This record gives sequence, C-alpha cells and structure tokens, in this order.
Amino acid sequence: MAVSIDIEKDFKGFSLRVKFDSTCATMGILGASGSGKSITLRCIAGIETPDRGRIVVNGRTIFDSDQKINLKPQQRRIGYLFQNYALFPTMTVKENIACGYRGKDKQERDKKVQDYITRYHLEGLEDHLPSQLSGGQQQRVALARMMTGEPEMILLDEPFSALDGYLKDVLQRDMQTFLKDYPGDMLLVTHSRDEAFRFCDQLILLKDGKTLTIGNTRQIFEDPGLIEAARLTGCKNYSAAERIDSHHIFAADWGISLRTVQQVPTDISWVGIRGHWLKPREEDGENCMPVKVTEYIETTFEHQCLVQNPRLKDGGSLWWMRPKNSFEEDPGKNLPTYLYLPPEHLMLLKK
Amino acid sequence: MLQNINWSPLWISLKTGFAATVIAFFAGVFCARKIMKLRPAAKGIWDGILTMPLVLPPTVAGFFLLMLFSLRRPFGKFLMDSFDIRIVQSWAGCVIAASVIAFPLMYRNARAAFEQVDVNLIYAGRTLGMSESRIFWKVIMPAARPGIASGTVLAFARAIGEYGATSMLAGNILGKTRTVSVAIAAETAAGNYDKAGFWVAIILVLSFVIVAVINIISGKGMQTRRWI
Repeated sequence: MAVSIDIEKDFKGFSLRVKFDSTCATMGILGASGSGKSITLRCIAGIETPDRGRIVVNGRTIFDSDQKINLKPQQRRIGYLFQNYALFPTMTVKENIACGYRGKDKQERDKKVQDYITRYHLEGLEDHLPSQLSGGQQQRVALARMMTGEPEMILLDEPFSALDGYLKDVLQRDMQTFLKDYPGDMLLVTHSRDEAFRFCDQLILLKDGKTLTIGNTRQIFEDPGLIEAARLTGCKNYSAAERIDSHHIFAADWGISLRTVQQVPTDISWVGIRGHWLKPREEDGENCMPVKVTEYIETTFEHQCLVQNPRLKDGGSLWWMRPKNSFEEDPGKNLPTYLYLPPEHLMLLKK
Repeated sequence: MLQNINWSPLWISLKTGFAATVIAFFAGVFCARKIMKLRPAAKGIWDGILTMPLVLPPTVAGFFLLMLFSLRRPFGKFLMDSFDIRIVQSWAGCVIAASVIAFPLMYRNARAAFEQVDVNLIYAGRTLGMSESRIFWKVIMPAARPGIASGTVLAFARAIGEYGATSMLAGNILGKTRTVSVAIAAETAAGNYDKAGFWVAIILVLSFVIVAVINIISGKGMQTRRWI
C-alpha cells in the first residue's frame, strides 16, 4: 500500500507544489485553511487536474502529465467523503447507497446495500431522504455509499468540521470503529491537530501550497524540526535560541539558558515547548524561569496563563496550560515562583 | 353563437404549444447543460446569444426565420426540393416559431436551476463511478426539478401565446396555421369583436390555469417564506 505524489498547479496568486511518498495505511494532511490541502485531495480523486506532475496509488499511475495519463475519477476507484457529505438530495438513503455500487448485478447490489445499512447502523432509515437525517446519520450514509464501491483508497475531507461538541466526539469514535474494518488506505485532510493525531499514523504538513515536512505522527509532534511545523501542530511557545554547546542553548525571549536532551544542531534558531509540558517549581534550578503572570484565560478544564520572565524588559511569553482541580478553584492562588521546562520536551527548531 | 365557432384555432394552439414545449425543453436543457461546462467568458457570450429571442421583438425572430426557410432562399428551397418539407405557411412553421420564442425561457430557467445545484453532487457521483449521463439524469435533473418544471410551464405559456413570429412564418390559414393569438388579431382587424372576445376569454382561462400550475409545482420542494 503506497501513495506517491508530486504535483504542481498554479492559480491566481497561489501555487501548489506538493510532493510526498507514503507507505502508511493511515495518512493525514495537516494545514491551515488555504494551505492547499483540499485541492491536493481533489487532485488525487480526479476532481481537479494538476498542471504538471504524477500521482501513483498502489503502483497504479492515475495521473502523469509527461505520459499524458489522466484517469477519470470514475476509473480511479478512490472514495471521497465530502465535507458536506454531498448526499443526493432527491434519493432515499437506500438509493444513495446503491449509487456507490459499481457492478451490474442487481441482486448482488441489493444484498450489498442491505449489508452496509446494517453495518453503518442505518436500519429503519432506508426510505428517508437526506434532509430528514441528523448530521451524524448523514455522515454514516455518505460513508456507506463510498464503501459500497470497495474503493482502493479513501479520502476524507475535514470529516468533522461541520459538527459540534458532543456529536463530534461520538462520530470520531464511530469513525474509528468503521475504519478498522476497511482494508485500504486512508488519507484524511484536517486543520485540527487533535484529529490528525487521533486518526493518522503518518502526517504531511502543508503550508502555502508547499509540503513542509512528512513523518510519523508522534515523531512530528515530538520533534517537528521546523518552526512552521511546530506552529501547525499547535505549539504556542517559542523563543529565539542560540547554541552554547552540544547540549545547552540560550533562549533569548525567556532570558534563561536551557539544557537539552537532544544534541543541539549548529544551525538552530528557535526553541519551542508545548504549554502542557511546563511544570510549576518553587525553587530556582536548571531550566527554570521566574514567573510573572501577565494574562489569564479560563477554559472549561484548564487554567491558561501567559507567563513572562520579570527580569526581562520585553520578554516573550510562555503559554502555560494547567489542569483545573475544580470549577471553584481560584486561579490566582498557588501560583508558582518558577516554571520548569523539562529538557526532554524542548523542541529544537529551524526556520 | 357557440355553434358557429370553428374550434380549430384552440386545438392548433394547444398542439403547437405541446410540440414547441417538447422541443424547447430538450433544446433548453441541452444548452443549459453545455453552458455550465464553459469558462466564464465564453459562458457570457453564449448566454447572450441564446437569450436573444427573449429580448428581441418576435417579429425580428420571424424575419430571420423567414430568411432561413423561405422557398426563395437556399435552405428553404433545399428542404423543399430534397425532402419535400415546407416550413412557411405550414403547421411546422407554427411549431418552429413557437419553439424559438419559448426556448430562452426554458434555457434560462434550466440554467438558473443548474447553478443552484451543489457541484459536489457531480463530483461525488464521479468518484462513486457513476457515468456522466447517469449523474445528469438521476442526480442533477431531480435536484433542479422545481426550476426546470416552472421553466417548462412558462415555455408552454409563451408558445401558446406566440403571435409575431408565427404570423410571419406560418401565416393565418384557418384550420392549418391559425392559432388563438392569430385569430384574435385577425378577428379584431375584421371588426368581429364578439369572436375576438371569445378567444380572449379562452386565453384568459388558459393563462390562469398555467399560473396555478406553476405555483403548485414550484411550491413543492421549495419553502415558502413570508417576509414580515
């Protein structure tokens, strides 16, 4: 199972240059809106045609501008789950799902449709129109319709962005169950780092139409390497960094020197740390920064503090996430004098 | 008076209306579908051309049709000599004139309805392996149904009421090309106000039925909003 992509497409004021090879069964493209992630997905499905390049899925060339190969979407056998599901509004659930069947045999088709209706818990809704279904049910119909055609690979375009709160959590869990039974590859596009982390073993980070980096998901979260990559994975704390020696750097914006576990590369320019890894300390020590809280944000289950080093005049802030113990807790109390930046969680970054 | 009425204009009008509506329906839907695939610049030009019969006086359309089909002109002569087909002063002329005039209404309504259909439905159909024609007839046409239906009824109404182009191309032959609209003009010109008034009443009833049908069709599947 493998996907290899190297495509270019130019638009007014935007150019797409995406290149990656992947051998992983569950891949994700993570990027901000406007980064070109949906266009990439559309190029793979054949809905959009790249200007130049090559797309190979499981050894089958589906697009190659040099060899003039451009398979129709109908011939690609690549499933696509649309953001708004794109269910056919005038067809019932049963008819929608039957549209995904690619064979000719009517009996076989009806059997299959029935099978997918059961599998995706749509019993009793067979004769409903999409407009009579809830968001979650619509998504299951769209999944069932896509899976009926037994696609070699499935593409999911921001599958949860149209849903809110509780339903999103439930659907994400359902989706994980459904995907477990699917033998082919999956490529998911999202702007949410949590979805990316949850669903994908391998991540491709996209920025302004270019591939930033590609790698194992956990590794990318642990050690993104580039400051842009760290930003995309949701890291909020950065400081300009100078190398002192092979395991020490000076973080100018925080006004402290830091020991690192990783060997410091000579071309390091930034250091970053995720707000969840910061630890309160009462005494000064290695990798500790004195605390002055400049801003406080209360979220549902966390206290979030913006912390500066009081010894610096224009220091940068650390965004510190601190779990709540109760809703009544006073966030101003029990503030530590120092924050500890664990060396194993420091991310050494380049431009 | 009713015993003396020759009902043929009503039947000719209805017959012409149905035939022209069928032609305008397929031509309008076909052109609207083709137009949807064009780039914006070409779309604008073709849209202008296809809408012409709606904005021009019907007599101008009649003039062009006469230029094309007149037996003294190459194409009209060719049709007559090779296939023995005569368009001028014939029922076929009525149908052609009414089709040309009704076409833009069908085309514009179909196009407006297609513009409202989510393109992702087409893309979804393609990734599911459905053929283009199946996507069009099974997905897009049903989704565009209210607009298509009201376009069809409007085209029918326009075809039935057509006068200018019809009188130029098909003339006024009782029992052959005299439609209700042509009859109204002819009877009025001859001073037969009773007869003209009778046909006017027929047209009023017919129009009322057509408007009612439009409202029933377009009311279905469309939410009626009330502005307060």
